[in-house]
Amino acid sequence: MIGVELRKMFQRPRTWATIAVLNALPILVAVLLVLTDLAPRPGEGPPFLSAVLRNGTLYPLAALAIVLPLFLPIAVAVVAGDAVAGEAQAGTLRYLLARPAGRTRLLVAKLVAVMAFVLVTVLIVAGVGYVLGTALFDAEPIAGTSVSGTSLTPAEIGGRTMLAIGYVAVSMLGVAAFALFFSTFTDSPLGATMGALAVLVASSLLFTLDAASPIAPYLPTRYWLAFVDLFRDPILWRDIVRGLALQGVYVGVLLAAAWANFTTKDVTS
Amino acid sequence: MSGPVLTTRALIKQYGRLRAVDGIDLDVRAGDVYGFLGANGSGKTTTVRMLLGLVLPTSGEIELLGERMPRGGRRVLPRVGALIEGPAHYGHLSGRENLSLLDASGRGGARRTRTQRVAEALEQVGLGGVGRRPVKNYSLGMRQRLGLAGALLRRPELLVLDEPTNGLDPQGITEIRELLLDLNRGGTTVFLSSHLLAEVEQLCTRVGVLDRGRLVLQDRLATLTAPTGSTVVHSPEPERVRAVLDGRVLAIDGHRVVVRGDDPVAINARLVSAGVPVAGLALERPTPEEVVLAAAGTGPDRGSIR
Repeated sequence: MIGVELRKMFQRPRTWATIAVLNALPILVAVLLVLTDLAPRPGEGPPFLSAVLRNGTLYPLAALAIVLPLFLPIAVAVVAGDAVAGEAQAGTLRYLLARPAGRTRLLVAKLVAVMAFVLVTVLIVAGVGYVLGTALFDAEPIAGTSVSGTSLTPAEIGGRTMLAIGYVAVSMLGVAAFALFFSTFTDSPLGATMGALAVLVASSLLFTLDAASPIAPYLPTRYWLAFVDLFRDPILWRDIVRGLALQGVYVGVLLAAAWANFTTKDVTS
Repeated sequence: MSGPVLTTRALIKQYGRLRAVDGIDLDVRAGDVYGFLGANGSGKTTTVRMLLGLVLPTSGEIELLGERMPRGGRRVLPRVGALIEGPAHYGHLSGRENLSLLDASGRGGARRTRTQRVAEALEQVGLGGVGRRPVKNYSLGMRQRLGLAGALLRRPELLVLDEPTNGLDPQGITEIRELLLDLNRGGTTVFLSSHLLAEVEQLCTRVGVLDRGRLVLQDRLATLTAPTGSTVVHSPEPERVRAVLDGRVLAIDGHRVVVRGDDPVAINARLVSAGVPVAGLALERPTPEEVVLAAAGTGPDRGSIR
């Protein structure tokens, strides 16, 4: 079943089109930076972008930071929102369940496929970023590569980049959990996607509001950019750990709710 | 050949204040071609979905091939082939790929035999030469055939088909009818849900009629359309028929005279010997349409929607 869902996911032209579109923005940014040589000043613009002109190996992180606020969550919400609602809308859900695929099994397989999509997408963005970074910018690590101003060795950058990729993937899993949850409630994939995005927009908005500060630590987008802390010297673990724990709670609760709903609902699509 | 294949007891589905299925007791036996008739909105689809475990009953029992549903679905559904409310496929994939994915997504379909079973199912429904083009380029009839192929993949013991000839041309309808009768001769029980009386009449040995959520009729078609004990006489002079057979004439409708008695030969002899012209004689049988209309109260497709 998991194999079937993975086949469906990665045989689908839309999956690859989404990933391609997602990579367009970092590519455009890299080309513009090279042509103009105008990097944002440190502390402005997306994280890491100010440093990439001096060290291209940081570009995977800059690429992730560019797509993280909007593009990546949209892509994940589209794919995860489509997971169950898309089958319902196409009418194929009833045939899968009458096969019988088993409702729990189907949901688990959908979840695994969405997780695979998240991981593949994040890895491709980082990979394309690495190719761009090393091809277009200086790859020499010079002083001041860490956010704290100290130097990091290429091995340290590599290791921490992998950790950052993992952290971003976990953050996106939270988005996927929201979309999958909504996806079990509606027969409209667009509705599920929009529901998840509405949650993220609300979360981002509340985060900027002082009055919402009591609930700020529980907002799903609160610790998304904490992966920057991996590049402090020494690594500042506090927000990263909190971010992982928070996403873990969201994912656990939402998936349990999605399962409870999906295994007991009448499939009338 | 007559054990129960599909039975329900007091099956009820309540949607809010609407009782879509109101205590039905279906009884489908091995070897039947069972016609499940009902107007649109009479609860047919909800019933079919409950049989397959898609919709959970409010109360009542379902037994499918000896297992309680929906609990036994994992074991029993691989032995059932279904076409539910029209076919549905992944448009960007070929028919073959669609069937292969469908087969792989549930237990009971061995990977080893998959390619061959897919090819056979496509051949059975007349899609053997369709090639690799994506399903989105199929005609409605081809999609219907592909849906039927999906139902046949596991060589099921029971076929549950909802409007299987929908969208097919007359030739296609005949082909599918022949295929279903052929499968039935091979031992497959067929449960056919339809609002088309003609389709049920041509295929089915038993019928159940659903009206506003209630099963108002369930019997062998041959029993329902058995002679009534009267004879229909066609004569250009109906009043002379009445004069000759006084007391036995039940009704006159134009040139059609209904006469009590189930011996057309004797009646014919009396009329001819009295010099009454007779254009035709036959035992009176209710048509399936009359039976269904009488049972359902309102006409098909006009059943009041609550």
